[in-house]
Parts: sequence; structure tokens; C-alpha cells
Amino acid sequence: MNLKSPARRPLARRVGTGLVAGLAVLALSACISNTPEKSENVGGTSNAKAGSNDEKGDTVVIGFSAPAADHGWMGAISEQAKTAADSYEDVELRLAEGTNEVGLQISQVETFINDKVDAIVLLPFDGAALTPVALKAMEAGIPVINVDREFNDPNAARVTVLGDNYGMGVSAGEYVCEQAGGKTGAVVAEIAGIDSLPLTQDRSKGFKDALSECGLDVDNRVAADFTVEGGEKAASNLLQAAPKIDFLWNHDDDQGVGVLAAINNAGRDEFTMVGGAGSANAMREIESDKGVLKATVIYPSTQAADGIKLARLLAQDKAMSDLVEVTVPRTIQLDAPVVTKDNVEEFLPTAFES
Amino acid sequence: MSDNPTNAAVAEEDTARVEKEAARRAEPGGLGQLLRSGAGHNLGLVLALALLAVIGIATGGERFASVDNVMTILRLSAVIGVVSIGMTFVITGGGIDLSVGALVALSSIWCTTVATQTMANDIHWIIIVTTALLVGAGAGLINGLLIAYGGVVPFIATLAMMASARGLAEIISARKTQIVSVPGFTDAFSREILGISVLIWIFAIVAVIGWVLLNRTTFGRRTLAIGGNPEASRLAGINVRRHTVLLYVLVGVCCGIAAVMLISRTTTGSATHGQLYELDAIAAVVIGGTLLSGGRGNIIGTVFGVLIFMTLTNVFVLNNLSISAQAFTKGLIIIAAVLLQKRFSRQPGS
Repeated sequence: MNLKSPARRPLARRVGTGLVAGLAVLALSACISNTPEKSENVGGTSNAKAGSNDEKGDTVVIGFSAPAADHGWMGAISEQAKTAADSYEDVELRLAEGTNEVGLQISQVETFINDKVDAIVLLPFDGAALTPVALKAMEAGIPVINVDREFNDPNAARVTVLGDNYGMGVSAGEYVCEQAGGKTGAVVAEIAGIDSLPLTQDRSKGFKDALSECGLDVDNRVAADFTVEGGEKAASNLLQAAPKIDFLWNHDDDQGVGVLAAINNAGRDEFTMVGGAGSANAMREIESDKGVLKATVIYPSTQAADGIKLARLLAQDKAMSDLVEVTVPRTIQLDAPVVTKDNVEEFLPTAFES
Repeated sequence: MSDNPTNAAVAEEDTARVEKEAARRAEPGGLGQLLRSGAGHNLGLVLALALLAVIGIATGGERFASVDNVMTILRLSAVIGVVSIGMTFVITGGGIDLSVGALVALSSIWCTTVATQTMANDIHWIIIVTTALLVGAGAGLINGLLIAYGGVVPFIATLAMMASARGLAEIISARKTQIVSVPGFTDAFSREILGISVLIWIFAIVAVIGWVLLNRTTFGRRTLAIGGNPEASRLAGINVRRHTVLLYVLVGVCCGIAAVMLISRTTTGSATHGQLYELDAIAAVVIGGTLLSGGRGNIIGTVFGVLIFMTLTNVFVLNNLSISAQAFTKGLIIIAAVLLQKRFSRQPGS
């Protein structure tokens, strides 16, 4: 295939110059975009009072690795972990670049082991795949704090910090039951995240179980993909499938922006919507009390920050001062509280921007 | 790629093929003959869509047949529809563009940055639209130049653009969702004209312009010629390189338009917009009867292709069926359509 052109036309040149000029203007507008909003959170120390454990101890080196920050929640995970580490003079944080490649994450952990860090906080992209290297770290005497996605061998972590996906579903379901007030005929709809993920299945199971306690079930269910666009598309179709809805639970506040756009577009307001994960956006919407979104269920984006705090305690041979226990516990599962307009100001400071 | 010694063989093969084709055409009134023609293929797609509609009405009743639902299907089809029409041109011209989804994401981010939105609030919302179109056109231009003048194969050039454009979108947005707060913009695109959403009108206008451009202009004839045989087109005096660049700019502009539409639908710009649009668009184009190897394009077929997939999604959601079952069915439809094409088309292996 020969694509040689016979002659060059001056017109093409002029058009080209115009385009280049246009692009230059665009480049300018992109450069001065998006001054990041000032973060209001204080690295997970929002409500807890500083205790004697926060007093300066031996300087410890903590390695931290997490998946790529490709959505608001994951972005907040690393940011809050960093803020938590920065709040201690005696913590030196080794922050590995977020990655969704298992191989790269394994080599990051291996580097931590070679560097003989004092503790490793690891939010694995894939819990099972990172288990062997975590075991290796533990065998080398470095405590591993496993965050959010569990290893498949309990010996691979000294402490496991988990969110509660099943509990999120239960919290959402219980809220719906409470609002329904015994009305068993209520129409309940659900917009899930990526359906093939165990976390989505856990959330849906919790929701279903809690609803069945008060004689309700999910009438319409549709899955999206945690993106704004996916949420909008799923919600648009769902609203057609269910001409009248009483309650709608959307698993994720990132995709919730799109879900709300679809609801506004369809002009629907006959139902109560509950969100999930707990973005700052969703909380501001709840606070304003103007739309259908009345509540959201938290999936804490502060869990890696908690991991950093625990790593520091472990490396300094301290314990959790609120417990009688003289060592740090093995497993900590975080709560999935419901945020409504009554308690929203309590949660807004640690919420993530989507 | 053909060197002189093989030319004779190719010519012989060509002659044989033309003769075979003529023989097949001579068969009186076969189904194959009907399906070979553009109109026949479109009829097949109408039947497929009608079948889906019958299933929809049978299982969803009024919920499916309601005006609201039909409008929802059309509105959801509009964005991917505009992208697919651009894709039809590139594929007809013998190329492919894998970067469309990433271009939609990049345009949507670039035209909703704080700076652009401030400018749009101060001057006019049209700035958002212009920015999106320029970003799309600019990225398309880069694709086109790499392919036509840099000699990079379309698959690779646009694969690289797919990675880079989405990466750039993530960098500019810092992976945050950018919410649009330009009242004029939102009002303009959420309006309805004659009871039909502006988004659907845009889709219709782009489709009509696309049809006229492909079927009734020199530009369209050149596109078909280049897709069919670039070497012959060059010898016939067509500036193949420049035309190739224009085709990629065209699909880029379509991505810009789609980005504006998507922003109005979701009220946001996001680096996650346009996921897998390249596959959805190629699927719609291929079941629409455009040859993946180039040389034959069918805009109406593409429109029906888009509508068929979107109606499928809608019917599945109405029946509370899972995404997985839907993806499975979508695959079956693509295979069925391509097998039918292969069976009846002039050029095998498409």
C-alpha cells in the first residue's frame, strides 16, 4: 500500500496552522486547570482524641503499597494514609506508586523487604496473588498489615483491617426497612457495582438478608461499573423498568453522580435513595436535603490510614490503649454506619472527593 | 504490498472472482442477492430490531412500548451512535480507530476543567463545545498524520492514542470527576425540541450528514475507493494520504460531539467516560454491514446496529436479567451477523 501524495496544497497548510493555534489555546486552558480543592480531612484522626500512644517514639519506617488511584475512593485511601503518616514525626513513609499490576506490586513489597522496613501496609490489588510475598515479609520478621482485600493465608498478615461489604448491604437494608415502617409492598430497586466482584456480591447479599427481616425483597436489580457513565446508563434503563419505586440503593457514590443525573433527567422523585461508600459529594447532597438522596452507607476510605497507625504501634511495640489487650489485635473490621442529614457533619470531614 | 511478479496471479484471481460473482448474481432472486445489497441488509437489521421489540413488548408490555422508554433507548443510543458513525467512515476507508473511547474521555475532561468552565461562564457555554470538538479533531489529526505520513498501521497508531489519551485525561483531571456547573450549557442540552431530547436530534443530524457525505459526495466516493483499493485510488489521482488524515479528523470530531453529549447526560466530565466505546462502535459498524476490510460502508446499518444493542440492554434490564447474560447474547448477535455477511458478501473473510 503506497500512500504517497502527488502534491502539497497550501490550503492544507493554512488549515494546519489554524489547528495548531487552536490547540495551543487548548493547551493553555489545560495547564491552569483544576487547582485541587484543599483537603479538609486530618488523616483519620477526626473524632478520636490524641492519647499517649501519639507521643513521639522511636522512628519507624513503614512501607505502603496500594492499587492505582483510578477512582475517588482509592485515591482517598492513599491520600489519607499519607496524611496519617505525615501527622507523626516518628514515621517515615515509603510510598510505592499505586499499581494494578500484580507483578509490580509484588516487586514493591520485595523492595520493602530488602530495605528492611519496620512494617508494611499492603492493600493488595489481588489478595491471593500477594499472599506469598506477604508471607515472605512475615518470615523476615516484618509485620504486614493487610488492608481491605484479604490474603488467603492468615499467617501472611500480622493485622488485617477490613471494611464490611456485607455490613454495608445490611446497613442499607436496615435503613430501608426502618423507613418503610412495616409496609411490606414497598418496591425496592438496587444498582450494584461490578457484578463479578466478590465485594459486590457481599453487598447485595447483605442488602437482601436485611430486607428479608422486614418482609421486603429487591424487585429490580441492575449492575453498573463504578463509573459515572455506567451509573447513568444503568439508572436510565432501571427507571423505565420500574415505573414506580419506593426505595433505591446504589452501591457506590462515584457512579451515584450518574445515577442522580439520570433520575433528574427522568424527573423522578417519588422514592428515597440510599448511596454507598460515602463520597463528599453524596454527603453534601444529603446535607442539602433537596433531592432523592437521603442517606449513604460508609465504606471507610480511612482504612489504610488506620493501617499506618497500627503499623506504627506494632513497630514501636505499643498496644491499642483503649483495649486491655497488651498487643495489637489480629483483625479489625470497620463499621458501615448509615449517614443521614442528622449525622452528616460528623462524617463529612473524612469523606472522599469523587 | 503486491510486487510485480504476483500481479498477474492477482489479476487472474480477480477475474475469477468477478466471474464467480457474476454467476452468483445471475441466480434468480436469491436471498443472497437481496442481502448483498445495502437495502437488503438494512431490511435484515429492521427485522432483527422488530424481533427485539416484539420480545420487549411480550415481556415488558407497556413499560417497553411507552414513549418514555423508547426515548430512553434513543437517548442512550445517541452518544455511542455519533461515535459509531465516525467509525463507519474510518472502517469504510480501510482503517480502524481504537482510540474513540479514550478521545471521548479526554475531550470530556479537557472541556470541563475549572479554567474552561470559568471561561464558559464568563463568555458563553459554546466554549465548552468548541474545546471538545477541537480536542477531538486535534487527537484525530495526530492519529491521521501518524498513519498517513508516519506509516504506522492504524491498529497500532490508535492503540497508542487509546493509552495516551486516557492517561492524559487522568493527569489533567487528577482522576477526579469534574462536575459541570455552567447553567447555560446544561439548559441547552437537557432541552427537548418537539418532545424529543436535543441529544436525539444531534444523533439524527449527524446520521443524516454522515449518510449524505458517504453516499452523495466526492468525499464519500473517495472514502469507498481508498478502502477498496488504495493503490488504484492513488493512481486515479486521489490524494490518499490527505484523505486518510481527514477521515481520522472526522472520527475525532465525532468523539468531541459525543463527549459534549455525554457531559450533558451525566453532568460530568470524567477520565472513566467512554469505556470500551471502541468495541461497541466496531460491533455496531460490523453488524451494520460495513466491511471491516474497507470499501463498503453503510451508515443506516450502523444506526440500526447501535439501536439493536441498546434495545437489547433495555429489554434485559426490563426483565431484571443480569449483565452477564446480556454480554453473552451480544456476542451471539455479532457472530450471527458476521456469519451472515460472510456467507453472502462479495469479499470473504470480513
